[in-house]
Amino acid sequence: MYSEKVMDHFMNPRNVGEVENPDGVGAEGNPTCGDVMKITIKVEDGKIADAKFRTFGCGAAIAVSSMVTEMAKGMTLDEALKITKESVANELDGLPPQKMHCSNLGADALKKAIEDYKSKHPQ
Amino acid sequence: MQVRYFDHAGTTPLDPAVLEAMMPYLRESFGNPMSIYELGGRASAAVQEARADVAALINARPSGVIFTASGAESNNFALRGIALARQNEGKHIIVSKAEHHSVLNSARFLEKQGFIVTYLPIDGYGMVEPETLGKAITKETVLISIILASPEVGTIQPIRELAKMAKEKGIIFHTDAVAAAGQIPIDVKELGVDLLSLSAHQFYGPKGAAALYVREGLRIVPLIYGGIQEGGRRAGTENVPAIAGMGKAAAIARERLSHRIEYLRPLRDRLIEGVKKTDNVYLTGHPAERLPGHASFTVEFVEGEAMLLMMAAKGIYAASGSACSSKALKSSPVLLSMGIPSSVAQGSIVFSLGHENSTDDVEYAITEFSVIAKKLREISPYRGGWGGVEEAEKCIPKK
Ligand code: FES
Repeated sequence: MYSEKVMDHFMNPRNVGEVENPDGVGAEGNPTCGDVMKITIKVEDGKIADAKFRTFGCGAAIAVSSMVTEMAKGMTLDEALKITKESVANELDGLPPQKMHCSNLGADALKKAIEDYKSKHPQ
Repeated sequence: MQVRYFDHAGTTPLDPAVLEAMMPYLRESFGNPMSIYELGGRASAAVQEARADVAALINARPSGVIFTASGAESNNFALRGIALARQNEGKHIIVSKAEHHSVLNSARFLEKQGFIVTYLPIDGYGMVEPETLGKAITKETVLISIILASPEVGTIQPIRELAKMAKEKGIIFHTDAVAAAGQIPIDVKELGVDLLSLSAHQFYGPKGAAALYVREGLRIVPLIYGGIQEGGRRAGTENVPAIAGMGKAAAIARERLSHRIEYLRPLRDRLIEGVKKTDNVYLTGHPAERLPGHASFTVEFVEGEAMLLMMAAKGIYAASGSACSSKALKSSPVLLSMGIPSSVAQGSIVFSLGHENSTDDVEYAITEFSVIAKKLREISPYRGGWGGVEEAEKCIPKK
């Protein structure tokens, strides 16, 4: 049911954990099934220098967390804010329809982490 | 990779002897049992022989066995068929919260038709307390349906006692024995039930053959109208190969039942003991009154579908009642009705053993399980406790 890429990111998730002294923290709960994803980011020169996650959820949710943190690393904050559930799912070679909301969770948790950073660092 | 199959509550492999018994009816003996020539006679004889074997498995008379196409059909038939036959005597039905969807959704359908349905609560073991049933019975009650054993938590209900209460009040009693038939001894007379559902693919028979036992003389309204097959109670040309297979599977199950139980119980107990060595893992369902091959748990801080995927990657096939593992994204209503919080129900995992599982399979599953639980907890924001991540906690919708 899952693509090879999803299985790879699920079985060998990248960026598990918390970055040290995070500049931004975002957590998002899944209204459909009660799952939780937490993302911490490190920001340097307006770019995401590092991103890590912890997730309580299904295989897709774990793969999404791994992928979204991979995608965000090296992006400017504005670029990272443009990551959507579709773009994460595309990078994973697609997700089953009933698992698209898990992808949403990843994009939203990242957004919250960036907003958290921005609220602490008003321009 | 070697496959270790622990999902017998989902379905069982086909016994080779069963396949053998089916083959003639897929090949040369393809006749319609209704035809008067010899080819039809052969098919008809196969159906009658299967009827006798299925009846023997539950100590019923062959004439009490109606073949259907699935356990779900048998459950629909029992609820809707009896409700319609009895509606002039009352319009109240009682089912438990431990029921399969096919019973619950039939009850919901009947509600829309003007029946009143009581959904009996279950205790922390998934058990219906007889007192609760006693309180739910009214003068209007015409039918009670309570599952014999739960495929989700393995708990075996005190059906004899519950059916007796129904009988004293002249109420029809149905039990869904789909998960129990072929796993534990079943005697419809001793249980005192009026109707009982069972399905072949739960005891090494083929999919597409199931049965509803209906007590002698009990009127039931058909679901399917047409010809006079199954005594006019279930029309449609018989699925002869599948029915022949069900008969063979029933005969084998009856012959080997006590042997299988003796084999499965210690295997199950070892699995439970081994899996529980990992901390924050809890057995779901009754510790003693449970199916001989059934071991079900909740594993805190991790989600069931993720566990299933990692185990499948190791060749271990099991099941889960977590929301994320269901297509409808809903946690098992049985687990929630047992009072298990939805966050904990997310960590549901169900191993259902069969007689082809070896001690080696079980030891392998225990070892891999502990590694996988550890690995997923490493990823989980909760890891050692639910209080670990405050901001994450706030995101969990309060139900
Ligand atoms: S996190 Fe529950 S379905 Fe993906």
